Amino acid sequence: MITYALMFAIACFTLALLFNLYRVVHAPGVTDRLLALDTMVINTIALLVLFGIAENTAIFFEASVLFAMVGFVSTVAYAKFILRGDIIE
Amino acid sequence: MSPALIAALPFLGSLLPALLIRTGRSHAAISAGVISGLALLGLLLNAPAILRGEVITARFDWLPWLGLNANFMIDGLGLLFASLILGIGLLIILYARFYLSKDDPVGQFYTYLLLFQGAMVGIVLSDNILLLLIFWELTSLSSFLLIGYWKHLPEGRQGARMALTVTGLGGLSMIAGMLILGNIAGSYDISAILQSKEAIQASPYYLPALILILGGAFTKSAQFPFHFWLPHAMAAPTPVSAYLHSATMVKAGLFLMARLWPVLSGTPEWFYIVATTGLVTMLVGAKIAIFKDDLKALLAFSTVSHLGLITFLLGLGTEAGAVAAVFHIINHATFKAALFMSAGIVDHETHTRDIKRLGGLRHLMPVTFTIATVAALSMAGIPLLNGFLSKEMMLEEASHTLWAGNGWIVPALAAIAALFSATYSFRYIAHAFLGPVRDDYPHKPHDPGFGMWAAPAFLVVLVVAIGIMPMTFAGPILEAAANAVVGGGLHMHPVKLWHGFTPALWMSVFAVVGGLVVLGQHRRLEALWLATPRPEAKAVFDALVGACVRGATRFTSALHNGSMARYLLIFVLAALAAGIWAWTTGEQGPPTRAMLPITPVAAAAWVTLLVATGCVVAYHRNRLLALVLISIVGLIVSLSFVYLSAPDLALTQISVEVVTAVLMLLALNFLPKITQPETRLIKRRFDALVAVAGGLGTGLLIYALMVRDFAFPTMSEYHLANSYKLGGGTNVVNVILVDFRGYDTFGEVIVLGIAALVIFALTEALLTGASSRKLIAWRPDVARAGDKHPLMLLVATRVMMPIALMMAVFIFLRGHNLPGGGFIAGLVAAIALVMQYMASGFAWTQARQKVYYHVLIALGVLAAGITGIGALFNGLPFLTSDFGYFRIPPFEKFELATAMGFDLGVFLGVVGSVMLALGGLSRLARRAAVGDEGFHVVAEKPEAREMAGHVPREVGLAGAMLRRQRKDGSEEGI
Repeated sequence: MITYALMFAIACFTLALLFNLYRVVHAPGVTDRLLALDTMVINTIALLVLFGIAENTAIFFEASVLFAMVGFVSTVAYAKFILRGDIIE
Repeated sequence: MSPALIAALPFLGSLLPALLIRTGRSHAAISAGVISGLALLGLLLNAPAILRGEVITARFDWLPWLGLNANFMIDGLGLLFASLILGIGLLIILYARFYLSKDDPVGQFYTYLLLFQGAMVGIVLSDNILLLLIFWELTSLSSFLLIGYWKHLPEGRQGARMALTVTGLGGLSMIAGMLILGNIAGSYDISAILQSKEAIQASPYYLPALILILGGAFTKSAQFPFHFWLPHAMAAPTPVSAYLHSATMVKAGLFLMARLWPVLSGTPEWFYIVATTGLVTMLVGAKIAIFKDDLKALLAFSTVSHLGLITFLLGLGTEAGAVAAVFHIINHATFKAALFMSAGIVDHETHTRDIKRLGGLRHLMPVTFTIATVAALSMAGIPLLNGFLSKEMMLEEASHTLWAGNGWIVPALAAIAALFSATYSFRYIAHAFLGPVRDDYPHKPHDPGFGMWAAPAFLVVLVVAIGIMPMTFAGPILEAAANAVVGGGLHMHPVKLWHGFTPALWMSVFAVVGGLVVLGQHRRLEALWLATPRPEAKAVFDALVGACVRGATRFTSALHNGSMARYLLIFVLAALAAGIWAWTTGEQGPPTRAMLPITPVAAAAWVTLLVATGCVVAYHRNRLLALVLISIVGLIVSLSFVYLSAPDLALTQISVEVVTAVLMLLALNFLPKITQPETRLIKRRFDALVAVAGGLGTGLLIYALMVRDFAFPTMSEYHLANSYKLGGGTNVVNVILVDFRGYDTFGEVIVLGIAALVIFALTEALLTGASSRKLIAWRPDVARAGDKHPLMLLVATRVMMPIALMMAVFIFLRGHNLPGGGFIAGLVAAIALVMQYMASGFAWTQARQKVYYHVLIALGVLAAGITGIGALFNGLPFLTSDFGYFRIPPFEKFELATAMGFDLGVFLGVVGSVMLALGGLSRLARRAAVGDEGFHVVAEKPEAREMAGHVPREVGLAGAMLRRQRKDGSEEGI
């Protein structure tokens, strides 16, 4: 049962990744692109966790923790750049 | 004392004067004196054994597979030269203490002097020609520093450059010659080379080796036509001239000829090249010296002439010639150093060295007059002084030398040179000291204090002592040195004052009488000299150098025009051509590995990667968009690293992506947001074609490699097999970084630190001067909105900080066995800090940053270095790691490896470098935002913060902003 659930979940997140890609390439403004990029990081984290469950290893989990911890920093930097131009004020 | 230690002492002690100068000039001088004195003492302790005919050696293998060994030896020749270098060095240290003024950086002077002394002693005590070459180049470099010591004088800088160019080129030629010589002899050890005379002289490479080696010796010893650099080097302070250009450095070339005399001399080639050059130099130098008005220039050309004399004697290839050469080396060093010092005293007291403005000093400076007169008479060759003895020996040798079968040309030229020599010596006395006292000296002269004339007086005492009783004072060392020059078995005739009415005596009489006569006609001859055109060496040299520079610049700019696109084009085309060539001429076996299944996720990631990359190309003119797209590429690459079982790389990649994004955004703030096309369409089409071909070629190559097994066993197999056994870690990547390739990592940490410091220095330079005005005038090109420091972000990042740092510690600690390590941990910690800068602002964070990033970098390099050196104490090579297992009761067994100390160094280095670079860049924006008022408080350096006295130090910039905001009555601030 868990195998099917994993397959379904992985398929969903993979599809989401591609949708995100579409949004990055085709978007009304930079803000949308950035949101798509941030969502992409989240989808990647999900994929990593799912892989970890499928392969039954903890290494993927640690990688995903690090992704979660530092991944948002670039989004913050982009956001600050758009708002203020200068990211370290 | 071991010869190696004698040579090392001046180097080891060279920093002392530079440090002690803070406690006074005398302390700096004393420390330099103590170092030289110790080395001299160590040398003299060996003297009795050497005078008995022993050779003291010290041997260390350095790079044995290159034949480069740190072998030292002291024989008679080495003893003579080393005692000249150290002994006169001591006198110079004393003299310079009183000669240099308060405004001169005296500490630096003694440091340079000791460096030079060490290099010189190294040359004369080396028993390996490669080692000798290293010291040889060191003398060129350290003498460059000494000649250019008065940096504010253009003549000093130009003279130093000229000396370095000429002697440096000579050094290059000598390296080639030495390599040939070592190749013929089969060893680079001098003692071994000296045993293979027959093999060397029979070799077809004898002549090229000889010419190349002589190229080095002649340039160093200022032989015609390379003599022109020596007078220009006289722009140096007089102690330097007295030391380098009379007693030591210029004698290095002579030393080399004497050292290799047993194997190189005795052939017609040697005689015609060396003796002829020496004779011509002796004549030309002496002639020019007569007409020089600058006291030091006169002495410089006389030195050229005397160096020619010694070269001539060595070139004769006879035992008696060698003895005379060695004797004249001793004599010339004593009287010429004394003369230079006396010229320095005159310059120091009268403020001029122009002989035309001097005269009559005999009454005003009686002590200096006595010293200068005795030394100059010795140079002229007057009996009872040591110069007479060696000049007699030279004339005696010259009187029976045949040149191409001609029996009179050599004696005649030698006698004329001796005559010129007597002329300029008499002129030095007569025109500077004799004659009536004048009343128009630039400065009222009087004798200097004892400290200044003590050194030349001591030398003059030697001049007289050796002149009267040569065998008592110089006999033993002369015999030992000459014996070493001729390679043993010397039968030396004692040096005597009186030989009877020999031809040499008549030539001497002719020279002295003729010298007086010529001096009497000086005024008329000078008019003639000034009327005749002659090549000006400096102009010729400058024109030559200028032409070389122009040629090199043209060549470089044609090849290297600063366009990255062009370099990449050439690089990619070359790689493509090499690939096509290999593909068409080589052969490849059938594929041996099966493809892995392509999962849908992998396919999706692949599509994402391709689309993102394609979009980067399509949208690269919009810089922000391009940056976003590159982030996608980085993300997918990190994902694939995890997928392809390289978690270390994935962790590194994702952290680097974040830091890169922050760095790029900091820079993008000041850059145009849109790139304008700069090239024509056709060029862009062509570039696109090359890029596609390069990419496809690389992809195909990798594909071809991955579907086949490697032809040879790979490095990684060794690493996989030995990582736990030898490095004590199961994470192979980390063990490679900190252990197997620890040297590389060590170097990389240093390079990273240097790069960060350079970024800091560059931005520091932008913060002042014209560029700072530009920064202040700069207005952001995008509209600003929102809070500077949004509250949500602020709270989130402050909460995140300890968690992120703990994560860094965790990654660091387990790095040796599981994915992680100092590099990733450093990046994570740096990101945690960057978050604070972004959320809470530069000033707020900086004010709470107690350890400066410079210090972090230094600590990192130190920690890595000390860990590496620790291995040396266990008798293991640098950076060998050790590990063991420990157990503290409530916990499980854990491992401690010394590699952890190294990894800590990497961690600190990375944190410091990343933060320093980012901080440096963000300061530019601070400068633009804050303007002049209160800016200095954000400076990185603690002193700069202290200097900002009128702004309360604790609050810094934040305080300044707070005050401004309170004036508006708006926000509360942070």
